[in-house]
This record gives sequence, structure tokens and C-alpha cells, in this order.
Amino acid sequence: MRTRTLVKVPATARRGEVVEIKVLVSHPMETGFRRDRTGGAIPVDIIRRFECRYDGDTVFAADFHPAVAANPFLAFTTVATTSGTITFEWVGDNGFAHRESAEIQVE
Amino acid sequence: MSWRHGLAAALVLPIAALADAPAPGDRRSGYETMSPALRAMQDDDVANPGMLWVLDGEALWSTRAGAADRACADCHGDAAESMRGVAARHPTFDPRSAAPIALDQRIERCRVEQQGAAPSAPESHDRLALTAFVAHQSRGLALGPFDDPRLRPFVDAGRASFHQRQGQLDLSCADCHDRHPGRRLAGNVIPEGHPTGYPIYRLEWQTVGSLDRRLRGCLAGMRATVPAPGAPELTELAAYLAWRARGMTIETPAVRP
Repeated sequence: MRTRTLVKVPATARRGEVVEIKVLVSHPMETGFRRDRTGGAIPVDIIRRFECRYDGDTVFAADFHPAVAANPFLAFTTVATTSGTITFEWVGDNGFAHRESAEIQVE
Repeated sequence: MSWRHGLAAALVLPIAALADAPAPGDRRSGYETMSPALRAMQDDDVANPGMLWVLDGEALWSTRAGAADRACADCHGDAAESMRGVAARHPTFDPRSAAPIALDQRIERCRVEQQGAAPSAPESHDRLALTAFVAHQSRGLALGPFDDPRLRPFVDAGRASFHQRQGQLDLSCADCHDRHPGRRLAGNVIPEGHPTGYPIYRLEWQTVGSLDRRLRGCLAGMRATVPAPGAPELTELAAYLAWRARGMTIETPAVRP
């Protein structure tokens, strides 16, 4: 199963406007505290870090821990400064890395 | 004295029948008893994790599969048109097996027979994703009406098992879902048990699951015998629940705690 994301960024905004950004990524967020049917430990497999860059500058970042639910959802705000690309990057265990991007038009 | 008994029975019976199941106008989806935060999660297609499965199902819809090397879209075209209302009619009477068939079972049959694909397990990701995608095409439509007379005996059988006390706790489904909806079982609000949003994203599961899984979970909680996934008695129960919820709005993919 490939990684899927749901991303919501307003297509247009006025300069200086506070805009809300919502992102959701598919990931099991296996805590490492669970055991399988034979009693063996299920190894931890989580996303460790999320970063959002707006025109190259990091505007929001989050460290994830084992208590974060599966398919983590984040909503945050930033100030619309200039037209450009907003990129989202999730990095985690077992080489997990996923990037998405969205365009915003600022008038 | 006998006319008095007769009169008393005539007065009591309709009231008892009404108290038995929620009246059509009073039925409430589990959605309405959820917290505002959870309702917002279901309403927002970016926050609703069930949409991940719908998107996966959409991709599967147009992916060629099986020995026939055909995609669902090759025969059925645009799902927004061809699959609209399909979830509202399931479980439906299947003339070939002379029994009700649930939506995921219907999809599975098409996959195996028309596409020549390998059979999938009932709670497998692909089956849930395709079912969620197909059911999502009916979001906002009314469930039902389930008025096929051939379906009737199975709805009746489902109703009988809904009211049958079973398991070590000696409970029936009706004991909670007809008599005490809105009250609490441990920390959870008891819903009326209307299958309007399946497959659902359940927070407790941390994933999407079928009505079948929900019913088996409930039976295990009652410490009753749990049928195998896809067992006919579960489909009968699903047919009764769907009939009982006829006219209610389809929410797929719903979010539930």
C-alpha cells in the first residue's frame, strides 16, 4: 500500500492573511509496545518528524512520539507572505520519507 | 373478565411494539451522539482518515487486475454515476445463492469472477478500500427501502437474532441498542446501531473496518459465539439492521470512537 496524504492549503490568500493548513498522512504509527499472537514484540515503526516549508523557510515542524495515533492529522496556521510552494515532509522509521507540495497564490 | 384482558392487550401491545425499536422519526445515527470534535473530523474530507481508503479504492477502481486484465472502470465506467445508490440497496437479495449478499461480498464476487483476481480476505485492505469507495458514491442518499419480498425472510431471521439473548452475559442486541441507546456502557455512549457509515474509520481500531467486524466485536463483548467473517447469520443481521435504518442518510466513510 502506497503512502497517501490529504492536504488542504487555500489556493489564494491576501498578503498578511493568516491561513490554515491541514495535512493527514497514512501511517500505522506502530507504538512498539504491542505484542503479536505468539507474544513477540511488534517493533516500533512511527513517523519521527514533520516539517512544513514555505518558500524554503520552515514555518512549522513537529516531533512525533509513540503515543501519536495512526494516520496523524495536523492543522496549523501561517502568514501568507508571498506566492510560492509550500512543501510538507514526513520522515520516520525504516526509511520512511514522504513529500508533498501545494501552491499558494498571494495577492 | 376476558374482554378486559382483551382490551388491556390491545392497549398494551402497540405501545410495546413501539418501545421495541426506535420509531422512524426518532432514530439517531451514532454521528449525532459523538463529540463536536469527532463530528468535525467526519465532516472534513481532509481530516477524515476514512478518505485515505476511499482514495485507495478509487485507484483500484481504474487499475487492471486478475487474469482478465480488466479494471472495474472498464465495465462500470464512472463510479460516480454507475455506483451511485448501490450501497443504499445492500445487503440485497442474491438470486444465485438465494440469500442476502453484502456490498463487499458483491464486489468480491465481481473481482473473482469477472476480473479473475485472487480471492481477498474479508478485512483485507483492498476489499475495504473498494467497498469504501463504492459506498462513498452513495453518501447523502437514503438507505433502503429493502422492500424486496425475497429479502423478507432473512430480515426476519436477522430480527430474531437481534432479539435473541445469547452469550455468557445473556444479552441480546436489543437489550442495549433498542432499550438503552444514549446511556453509557463503561465510558462509551451506546448507539442505536444503525449501519449508515460502513466501512467506518474507528478510532479504537486505528483503521477502517467493516460492519462484519463491528458485529463480531459486539458479540465477543457479549461473550457469545462469534461467527466467522462473512458468515450467513452476520449478513442476515446486517440485512435486518439496514432495514431497521431504512430512510436514514448514508455517511460513508463515517468516523466513530
